[in-house]
Amino acid sequence: MLSRTANHLYWMARYIERAENMARILDVTSNMALVPNAALSEAALWQPALEISGNAEAFQERFSDFTASNVIHFLAMDPENPSSIYSALHSARENARAVRVAMTSETWENINALWLEFSQFDGKDLAVDGLREFCDWVKARSHLFRGVSFGTMLRDDAFQFLRLGTFIERADNTARLLDVKYHLLLPKEEEVGGGVDYYEWSAVLRSVSAFQAYQKVFNDTIQPWRVAELLVLRKDMPRSLHACFTEITAILENLTTGRHVECRRIAGEINASLQYGRMDHIFQNGLHEFLTEFIECNNQLGAEIQNSFLNIHAA
Amino acid sequence: MSSQARTYFDEMHSGPAGVRDLYANYANWLRNVPAAQLESKRQEAELLFRRVGITFNVYGENAGTERLIPFDVIPRLLAAKEWDVLSKGAIQRVRALNMFLHDIYHDREIIKAGLVSENILTHSQYRPEMFDVDVPGGIYAHIAGIDIVRTGENQFYVLEDNLRTPSGVSYMLEDRKMMMRLFPELFRRYSIAPVEHYPQVLKNNLRAVAQSGVKDPTVVLLTPGAYNSAYFEHAFLAQQMGVELVEGQDLFVRGNAVYMRTTEGPKRVDVIYRRLDDEYIDPLAFNPDSMLGVPGLFSVYRNGGVTLANAVGTGVADDKSTYIRVPDMIKFYLGETPILSNVPTYELSKKDDLAYVLDNLPELVVKEVQGSGGYGMLVGPTASKQEITDFRDRILADPSNYIAQPTLALSTCPTLVEQGIAPRHVDLRPFVLSGETVTLVPGALCRVAMREGSLVVNSSQGGGTKDTWVLQEKSPQEVSEIETALKDEVAVC
Repeated sequence: MLSRTANHLYWMARYIERAENMARILDVTSNMALVPNAALSEAALWQPALEISGNAEAFQERFSDFTASNVIHFLAMDPENPSSIYSALHSARENARAVRVAMTSETWENINALWLEFSQFDGKDLAVDGLREFCDWVKARSHLFRGVSFGTMLRDDAFQFLRLGTFIERADNTARLLDVKYHLLLPKEEEVGGGVDYYEWSAVLRSVSAFQAYQKVFNDTIQPWRVAELLVLRKDMPRSLHACFTEITAILENLTTGRHVECRRIAGEINASLQYGRMDHIFQNGLHEFLTEFIECNNQLGAEIQNSFLNIHAA
Repeated sequence: MSSQARTYFDEMHSGPAGVRDLYANYANWLRNVPAAQLESKRQEAELLFRRVGITFNVYGENAGTERLIPFDVIPRLLAAKEWDVLSKGAIQRVRALNMFLHDIYHDREIIKAGLVSENILTHSQYRPEMFDVDVPGGIYAHIAGIDIVRTGENQFYVLEDNLRTPSGVSYMLEDRKMMMRLFPELFRRYSIAPVEHYPQVLKNNLRAVAQSGVKDPTVVLLTPGAYNSAYFEHAFLAQQMGVELVEGQDLFVRGNAVYMRTTEGPKRVDVIYRRLDDEYIDPLAFNPDSMLGVPGLFSVYRNGGVTLANAVGTGVADDKSTYIRVPDMIKFYLGETPILSNVPTYELSKKDDLAYVLDNLPELVVKEVQGSGGYGMLVGPTASKQEITDFRDRILADPSNYIAQPTLALSTCPTLVEQGIAPRHVDLRPFVLSGETVTLVPGALCRVAMREGSLVVNSSQGGGTKDTWVLQEKSPQEVSEIETALKDEVAVC
């Protein structure tokens, strides 16, 4: 298929996934604000949302206070913030429009309808009314996108690139979420597994739809290292790093049958570390270090995918 | 409203109370449909068009503005025998035009015969680079849009021939799909000739014009990109034909061949249906600033490494100064009498014509010889005094850049507008496809001027579209059987 087409499909899926993850972060953060918690100021509550998305600096250039209203506007609706939900959905739709031929008409219409529906939230102050409704809507549209593409598209390369975008983005988001939260939630002097607040850890789990999964898998009160294990190593947890890489390696194998391509080697290496890694070893060397390296490798993989398939300048 | 003083041919009504036979069934049906229901159908159509993204971008508005072309739920009807004349006439024209193009780029017999002045060789749309280049099958205009207007029962005129990158066929197809969705009962009641096979015919033709020796030719559609006003149509046709929709940046030239960049490496391209004007297809051959084209494409094309549809250099034949010669071409190349007439046209490069036109501006339509899309024209009867004065100055500055025609009394068709159903002016653009044969599907883009009294139907000027139904005859017995069946259906509901 055309490299440009593959590129648009890949990024379209990434942007939709990005919007969904941002909605998840906003959703649980606003939920946490409802739990009485004297320890957390408004700023302490909302700042992490910016850090997860790597946006804290850009935010501070424009706003002086980490108020709920500012952060929500910046992350959800701000057209000037390239990682806001608004911008992500807009980019997704623009990418889709450029290659509407490459997907089924149902898939295209779904994304187009998404963009048309977005206008209902335009001009609303989400901090005051309807953040919950908004986040639910974003998540539902993302689910719908996956459903309609999965349910209607031919299993050809177009489909593979679309799925590839989804999982690369998701792996990045899960790793960032875990990294930021883990740091914030662990009081400095305490060992891993010290007294942490049940509500906050359950919020982390909920943000990746893993709360019920945790209960099922561990049948135990919520322990931070188990949360990490669930989100890093469990292959059966759909938003975990391992689950994402199981998909990514399979997709790359499909796309490169019989060819040696660097991105496939990188993906295989990361996948092996997740498949054979042990949580206690990861903790010994530091979870933060592990996640930082993971995010870096994942980025490198993204760049390599770009090189191998998508860069239209390579004739 | 000065134009109201004139009488126009009404496609549906033969008088204040009379309905033409062709429309009798439809008018009956329409009478029984409450206005509110029709309006709700119109809204439903608008919603669907928006959801599917059948939009176009208007130049000059804010970047990225997407607008819907107004769609009218009342169709335009044509009888089979009317269609027969129109289609034969359009095919005849396109055959002659293709022969003219071949001639003008080869032996120039028509100039030698004195029918066309040799000034044409310095015309801005004449491409000397195409001289003596043989294109497969001798076909230049693979896709031609012939604009036809009607002024009376049997009076049809060709307004212009579009031979470069004519657009609008996606509306013919989408309008039909929409009508079938909104009014399925009408499609049972009438026998409406189908148009849905257009993309298949087009694809077969494009494959047929690949260079000889290519076994399984790869066809692509070259678009300027998602911000082009006709992007929806490009995407639509590529999808319907099952070919890649490419941009200039997706293609490159190596040796005497064109390739597209794919995830599995370069892939050879044999036929390019390009929706990009000549000037933009190759920065090395034409406009050096073009970012939309493919460097080196034209030289591969000249050497027969790839086929372009339409061919390079067709613009010289769809220009308004060449238009005047088409009836002569038909006689010259085909030895036939033209089936469809031209609109009487004044050439302002001629002294007498210029004098006449300047004296009669308020009654005439004046167009730029090379203009298109309804830009840069004067419609005398609806123009203000100031507009006429301004335009007179523009004409005097460069008379040979203009032609003038009498204001045609364009026929009207009942159209759903804000005030209800009212007559609005319409035109017709059937699309003639040339490959191994020259054909057209029985249907056309029908454009309608949505503003009262307006004669300008271009979508860029607020025009809308209608579905065009070519009716195949049904025997009275068939009709009565269907009527009975429909009544039963209602009773069951």
